Amino acid sequence: MWLARPLQERSTQLFLGILFLALIAVTALHLALPEGHPLHVSAYTVTLLGKYLCYALLAVAVDLVSGYLGILSLGHGAFFALGGYAMGMYLMRQIGDRGTYGDPVLPDFMVFLNWQELPWYWYGFDMAWFAFAMVLLVPGALALVFGWLAFRSRVTGVYLSIITQALTFALMLAFFRNEMGFGGNNGLTDFREILGFNLRSDATRLGLFIATGIALAIGYVVCRGIVTSKLGRVSVACRDAEARTRFLGYRVERVQLFVFVVSAMLAGVAGALYVPQVGIINPSEFSPIFSIEIVVWVALGGRATLYGAVIGAILVNYAKTVFTGVMPDAWLFALGALFVLVTVFLPQGIAGLLRKRRKTTDDGSGPSDAPTTAEATA
Amino acid sequence: MSIMTELANRDRVFNFLTPTDSPVDVRHGPILYLEDVTVSFDGFRAINDLNLTIDDGELRCIIGPNGAGKTTMMDIITGKTAPDTGSVWFGSRHNLLTMSEPEIASLGIGRKFQKPSVFEALTVFENLELAMATDKRVFPTLTATMKPEYRDRIGEVLETIGLKDLMHRPAGILSHGQKQWLEIGMLLMQRPRLLLVDEPVAGMTEQEMERTAELLTSLAGKQSVVVVEHDMGFVRSIARKVTVLHQGSVLAEGTMDQVSNDPEVIKVYLGEEA
Repeated sequence: MWLARPLQERSTQLFLGILFLALIAVTALHLALPEGHPLHVSAYTVTLLGKYLCYALLAVAVDLVSGYLGILSLGHGAFFALGGYAMGMYLMRQIGDRGTYGDPVLPDFMVFLNWQELPWYWYGFDMAWFAFAMVLLVPGALALVFGWLAFRSRVTGVYLSIITQALTFALMLAFFRNEMGFGGNNGLTDFREILGFNLRSDATRLGLFIATGIALAIGYVVCRGIVTSKLGRVSVACRDAEARTRFLGYRVERVQLFVFVVSAMLAGVAGALYVPQVGIINPSEFSPIFSIEIVVWVALGGRATLYGAVIGAILVNYAKTVFTGVMPDAWLFALGALFVLVTVFLPQGIAGLLRKRRKTTDDGSGPSDAPTTAEATA
Repeated sequence: MSIMTELANRDRVFNFLTPTDSPVDVRHGPILYLEDVTVSFDGFRAINDLNLTIDDGELRCIIGPNGAGKTTMMDIITGKTAPDTGSVWFGSRHNLLTMSEPEIASLGIGRKFQKPSVFEALTVFENLELAMATDKRVFPTLTATMKPEYRDRIGEVLETIGLKDLMHRPAGILSHGQKQWLEIGMLLMQRPRLLLVDEPVAGMTEQEMERTAELLTSLAGKQSVVVVEHDMGFVRSIARKVTVLHQGSVLAEGTMDQVSNDPEVIKVYLGEEA
């Protein structure tokens, strides 16, 4: 079974071990220690860490397509935001008549715009199962249509990167419009509860943090399962010699489409978990800059490693939190400098650094760029 | 071609009467049969009334000066180029002119291009694994497992191409010659009946050339092998039968000694070297 294979791998076990230890440690430090204790983890920090984990899942999704498939998507923010909007619509419907205008069905912004009834595409979002299914299906469907058109026409490389940018930019402009029915530039906010739990309580926040950690674990195992399967090796083959792969009899565009859709769905899940933790979703999540930033996280952590993407996402966003607190104006310069330095001195990212150290201490044969040897799949 | 026009051609075997889904039939001798093939590009006849027969299990070398039509001939056999006239049969059942490139490839004609192209980030073993003739669709590939018979097959090919010691090394570290062998190995994984090899020893060292000669000779018998090559020393070392192409048609055919003593051949080809 391809999903069980990564669980037998040392590196995945190590990753999951560290992740679960971190989840338990944060939970324990949050619950067991009294407020004011120097080691107490505040609810604010728990939510902040949850946000980092959402970004980490998003980075893993991007690494799957850019690292292993060679498709540099500069539009994954769009899938993240669509997942976020699906969740946001559910949370809006959960407000019920407790909004400012007290309308039992219509969200506040629709009342404000003088709309008389709910647009058809908002139907069903009052049901959690429907909304959660949409979190996967909407980004997946967009990726399917977009990918089918792009890969069938053999659009790859820099051209594909550019049209993914155009995709997310177009969606941003569309979502800015009030007529779209997604709250315009204010987006969706003022959420109250999720599945009946008060979103403002510390316990719910902790629950969301743990749920995000579990989602990251599952997403990581799914991606690892793909890249250690024969399909993962075919992806690498498509990345390095597309024509040759086609010549061997593989339908390259189908491989690309499958991996792209899986990646978009994971990005959607990351967005859906992000929204209840930050309390808002607006069109700025579609901004092209955000999608480029994700690629920077992955590059910094190390491409085609998956765990590197997690490290990169958490480190860069931690640095962003610190920097924007101390010197808000300097953050973008720092990010740019970081990217340049990593490209010049650490082309393999932080993961490459870790690998090099391990290589010198083991003095064994160096691991290849390839995910794993086929031998391990026996 | 519509059935009506075909019926008018009473001297021909009708396409719709020949079974196309059956395995290659070589009971009647040749595995590859080209008859009266002509192809021209903008009036230039790259292939001119070419007749060529390759027997099952044969190792054939094809030589000829630049522009003799060697590559175009390979293109016609693999379905890349359609000839203007003539017929091309694989065994006595498969009319290659009615088939697409992937169909021809899956029928068992493997082609090795001049420039080596292997997956450098993957190991030698994984390169062969991907080339294996299995279900290539997305989901079967995702759930594929390494079965013992696959491993045996890969081991067999590794033995043949002499890369067993390097099987877990990434293909990117291989030398030029080793990459060429790996690519031949990848073709062998698909169990071809006929291998078309385009200038295999270009850019190889002396030892690598010797190894390649051994490899190709060992393949003959199990597969039919057609080698297009410029290097006369190499051709002499492997060839049992040589075909000389000139201006798109066969100028001479026979053993290396026969053709190299043929006055016509000396005039157009070997004369340049002498």
